[in-house]
Amino acid sequence: MRTLIILAAVFAALGLVPFFVVSDVWLNIAIMVLYSALLGQAWNMLGGYGGQFSFGHAAFFGTGAYTVAVLQVQYGINPWIGLFAGGLAAVVVAAIIGYSTFRYGLKGSYFALVTLAFAEVLRILSNSVPITGAGVGLLIPLQVAPSNLQFADKGSYYWLVWAMALCAFAAACWIGNSRFGAQLMAVRDNEDAARALGVRAYSVKLRAIMLSGFFSGLGGVFYAQYFLYLDPHIAYGASVSIESLLVPIIGGIGTLFGPLLGAVVLHAISEVSRDLIGDVPGISLVLYGALLVVMVLFLPRGLAGLLIRRKAAPQNRKKQEAEHA
Amino acid sequence: MPDLAIIIPSVLNGLTTGALYALVALGLTLIYGVLHIINFAHGALLMLGLYAVYYLNTRFGLDPYVCLLIVPPAMFALGYALQRGIIGRAGHGRDENILLVTLGLSIVIENLALFFFKSDTRIIDTPYSFEVVQIIGAFVPEPKVFAFIGAFVTAGLLWALMSFTDLGRAIRALAKERKGATLVGINADHVYAMSFGLGIACLGVAACLLLPSYYVSPQVGQGFVLIAFTIVVLGGMGSFVGALIGGLFIGVVEALSGLFLGESLGQIGIFAIFIVVLIFRPTGLLGHKV
Repeated sequence: MRTLIILAAVFAALGLVPFFVVSDVWLNIAIMVLYSALLGQAWNMLGGYGGQFSFGHAAFFGTGAYTVAVLQVQYGINPWIGLFAGGLAAVVVAAIIGYSTFRYGLKGSYFALVTLAFAEVLRILSNSVPITGAGVGLLIPLQVAPSNLQFADKGSYYWLVWAMALCAFAAACWIGNSRFGAQLMAVRDNEDAARALGVRAYSVKLRAIMLSGFFSGLGGVFYAQYFLYLDPHIAYGASVSIESLLVPIIGGIGTLFGPLLGAVVLHAISEVSRDLIGDVPGISLVLYGALLVVMVLFLPRGLAGLLIRRKAAPQNRKKQEAEHA
Repeated sequence: MPDLAIIIPSVLNGLTTGALYALVALGLTLIYGVLHIINFAHGALLMLGLYAVYYLNTRFGLDPYVCLLIVPPAMFALGYALQRGIIGRAGHGRDENILLVTLGLSIVIENLALFFFKSDTRIIDTPYSFEVVQIIGAFVPEPKVFAFIGAFVTAGLLWALMSFTDLGRAIRALAKERKGATLVGINADHVYAMSFGLGIACLGVAACLLLPSYYVSPQVGQGFVLIAFTIVVLGGMGSFVGALIGGLFIGVVEALSGLFLGESLGQIGIFAIFIVVLIFRPTGLLGHKV
């Protein structure tokens, strides 16, 4: 209950940002922070709460993005419908990946590599078939109208991504406090023990990857509508997958607010570095990579691990496991 | 159905490329077999090796094959230092952490390379770059033939090292039973780092053999990463023979699927194999049940 109130308060405050921030530059940064937090929270549902590290979240992101874009450009279908279609298409991809990996007990590094391979297959496919515009990419025509999910002001885009992030964080909050979430975390901590207690590990993980895929797909839809351009490298390239996992790893995996914290820190660092070093190609990625190394080396529990120390988390987890025993 | 005049050169081409893939995969499989970790920075480190050969050739006029005396030892030292200083400390008991750290390293290395070497694709010029050898009616570039032979020689050397030297025995002991090996006085951290260094030295050899018939750019390693993983899972994690056969097989599959499906779709064959093998037989075709 307390986390729910904090979550509501944080998002209520975040919802007010466009009233106070008038500069488009700052509003753009705020949008990108929430967008990163959305992608990070999507990854966190599977990677943090479920312990299944995916290296290929671009597979869901890109599918969401391409669905809304292709439906609009090739079939003239309204992007509001595309919004849900994109999320659902990502769920379908997630179900396929989840089915083919969890069914056969793939986990750890193997799972990470297979998700990466799936994203690569989708990248090559989207690079080869005409419906996605192949290597040239897909340009969504500019038709600014709320009914077209295109807005003239950044404030409306902000509320769009805010609403998506709110749903993702609410879902993560639900995972943290529900029976399903307790089962998921039990599978993460000790799959054999969880199964012995009657948790159906396969179906729990499958549901987690579908939920995760849905929000990643929503992130893709937002990207497509915000930037109005997609190509195989943007949609299915490694950078989305990396951003998705970096954000919660910085903030604290398996925690509700970790992805938000991580997104803020990540964008703060990249803005400051851009100011200090200038726009040198690749430098922000060098920082991302270095940050990933440093976090895993010294703070594997993320920044949130600094805040909560050791006392709260493990005990809660044990208690939850015991309750469902 | 294209006739044999097209298929034979394509297969030969695939075999020679595959031998190089095998060489890259050998390092990966050695590291996996001993340390039980997956080195995601493998492609980025190969790229560094290629740049080392490139600059030794263009600045000092050294032949790429002379670089075999310099680059592999340097790569060995780099690998040793990386394992001892960073990778070995990052596990915290979860193998995903190693994957994350090596992913982070590969991002850093690739983007620093982009910064220092720029994104240009570079090639080197050797007197034998365009020499060809005739094999059963098909022409194969000489550097590729050297690479093919070199891959087998390297695999043989590695096998001899593992079988007949004290280091090899220590590595095998550690791979089998860490606690027991430590108890009889094997310095685990040192031997782990030696194994990692050897795996990276294989990349140095691969870089020297590869560059005369290939190119280098900061992103060049990315293409090799998943291919090398595919070979390793196909041949069985930790198996040298498996890596050699898997490499040749993947080379031929790539060449033939490129021939039949076209360049852009050709690579799908490799990933399809990767996914199918990992899902249905994660111990590999030649690997043992875990």
